[in-house]
Amino acid sequence: MDAPDPATPGPAAPAAAAPAPGIALRAADPSLRTFRIATLAMAIALAAAPFAGIYPVFLMKALCFALFACAFNLLLGYVGLLSFGHAMFFGTAGYVSAHAAKVWGLPPELAILAGAAASTLLGAVTGALAIRRQGIYFAMITLAIAQMIFFFYLQAPFTGGEDGIQSVPRGRMFGVLDLANALTMYYVVLAIFLAGFLAVRRIIHSPFGHVLKAIRENEPRAISLGYDADQYKLIAFVLSAALSGVAGGTKAIVFQLASLTDVQWQMSGEVVLMTLLGGMGTVFGPVVGAFTIISLEHYLADRGQWVTVITGAIFVICVLAFRRGIVGELAEWWAKRRA
Amino acid sequence: MTEIFGIPTQALAGQLLIGLINGAFYAMLSLGLAVIFGLLNIINFTHGAQYMMGAFAAWLLLSKLGIGYWWSLLIAPVALGAFGVLIERTMLSRLYKLDHLYGLLLTFGLALVLQGLFQNEYGSSGQPYRLPQEFAGAFDLGFMMLPRYRAWVVVASLIVCLTTWYVIERTKLGSYLRAATENPTVVQAFGVNVPRMITLTYGFGVGLAALAGVMAAPIYQVSPQMGANLIIVVFAVVVIGGMGSIGGAILTGFGLGVIEGLTKVFYPEASNTVIFVIMVIVLLIRPAGLFGKER
Repeated sequence: MDAPDPATPGPAAPAAAAPAPGIALRAADPSLRTFRIATLAMAIALAAAPFAGIYPVFLMKALCFALFACAFNLLLGYVGLLSFGHAMFFGTAGYVSAHAAKVWGLPPELAILAGAAASTLLGAVTGALAIRRQGIYFAMITLAIAQMIFFFYLQAPFTGGEDGIQSVPRGRMFGVLDLANALTMYYVVLAIFLAGFLAVRRIIHSPFGHVLKAIRENEPRAISLGYDADQYKLIAFVLSAALSGVAGGTKAIVFQLASLTDVQWQMSGEVVLMTLLGGMGTVFGPVVGAFTIISLEHYLADRGQWVTVITGAIFVICVLAFRRGIVGELAEWWAKRRA
Repeated sequence: MTEIFGIPTQALAGQLLIGLINGAFYAMLSLGLAVIFGLLNIINFTHGAQYMMGAFAAWLLLSKLGIGYWWSLLIAPVALGAFGVLIERTMLSRLYKLDHLYGLLLTFGLALVLQGLFQNEYGSSGQPYRLPQEFAGAFDLGFMMLPRYRAWVVVASLIVCLTTWYVIERTKLGSYLRAATENPTVVQAFGVNVPRMITLTYGFGVGLAALAGVMAAPIYQVSPQMGANLIIVVFAVVVIGGMGSIGGAILTGFGLGVIEGLTKVFYPEASNTVIFVIMVIVLLIRPAGLFGKER
């Protein structure tokens, strides 16, 4: 990663100064050139991955979570809002997409869009409520609303309760791409992920994104400059919910399943962890975090509850010793080396 | 049989009692959260796991060492309070200068570790805790039977809550505590050892959670997940009550327990969600919570 580009008035380098005003540590933001090279390298590596003998289903799972974490990071890393209920958007889109594809017989692209639309709507309602309080209250409110949504899905007839919605047809994308083929499905997921990833980067570097960062750094000041902070927070919340919905809907189509796992509070915790571990407030952090956690879960799958213990331990270690996350620490190390 | 609104009195009274019992636990747990939050500015996500460990401590003391309920009421809170002190000294104390959200993240991680460890050791099924001999039987109130243990839980938790309220609001020690909540630097300058007070406060809050756990052991199954779902409801209770006042936390806890119980009678489908719905309504009308002040 490069040192901050002087042209982008993005967050400046070190976060060593003790009391940070927002939760996000100002990680070095790569310049446009570095970003383009890194993104291209990532895209090529991901496109080649199935031929390197990596199981496509594993990759697709990791990509869905990577997009989910990027969407979450938009809120935590760039607005400084910690939502502890993001699973409600991921899971809602999963249920709606699965229902649309299976019961309404919609093609996969429309099913995913329907899921994302449902999450967007839910995001608008819950966001308007949650931004009435700040800090830890915001976290507790989103957690509580998500739990309410969980109980709703547990009892609602269309979700299939504990069984979930099973054997969802993958169908044909745009009528031509047969998603039953694992490789075709993989490249569709990769395209969706890259589109979402670039959208997040675009949002962060738009004038809108800079206002978000201003609110994160000093909300009263942003307000005094004439920005309606609540309006900006709400839009960011809805955008984040929408992209989480794209991720959740895609996951439901890939796994042909929508279940309660995706709306549980554990899932909300998991996306927080991915972002924290990878590096919040960095563009690549959530991707790295998601791949790390999904790999970990993959290898520990037969170890029962040790996954929970290790996940929790990573949380503790990250908070105590490693607050910039993997990408953030690397960027810091690189910036120091060049200095 | 007599009826109120078409519901048999007995069923109504029964659900009210269950609501009151749940409310007792909401009150004790949200009280602990409020006390910890007041001084440490940390939302203790581990509270649910600590409550669960309190119940397990009672179960282990009884089944492995043959130590009964009454001693457990003393030993479990003290032991877990010490464990809390250890957590505060080794981990939480490093976070005070950072954003409050890191405290939430750290305690969330700790809750996962503790819950996972207990699940590995004891599985997911619940362990029954034998009711102490003294509490066998029930009082006949005429319109319903009141099991002795349940009556004890409601009375005991009221005593615990009111004692805590008295200590914090009406004693010298409590005044130091409240002063340190307002302005730790000034209190320190007056010669009060604020860091030690913070440590002990966390230990006390954890002890309170453990005490609730011991009291819950004979009522609910002792299982590793018993705290995880409860803590989310308690968070909603805290948002509804606002964390400004100790009395508010107690009142909201009992009140919401009763409302939840009544919902089970009149509209059972909503009994899981009613507290969250109330939270949404309170947020719309009084964002700071019923007893809270914006801070």
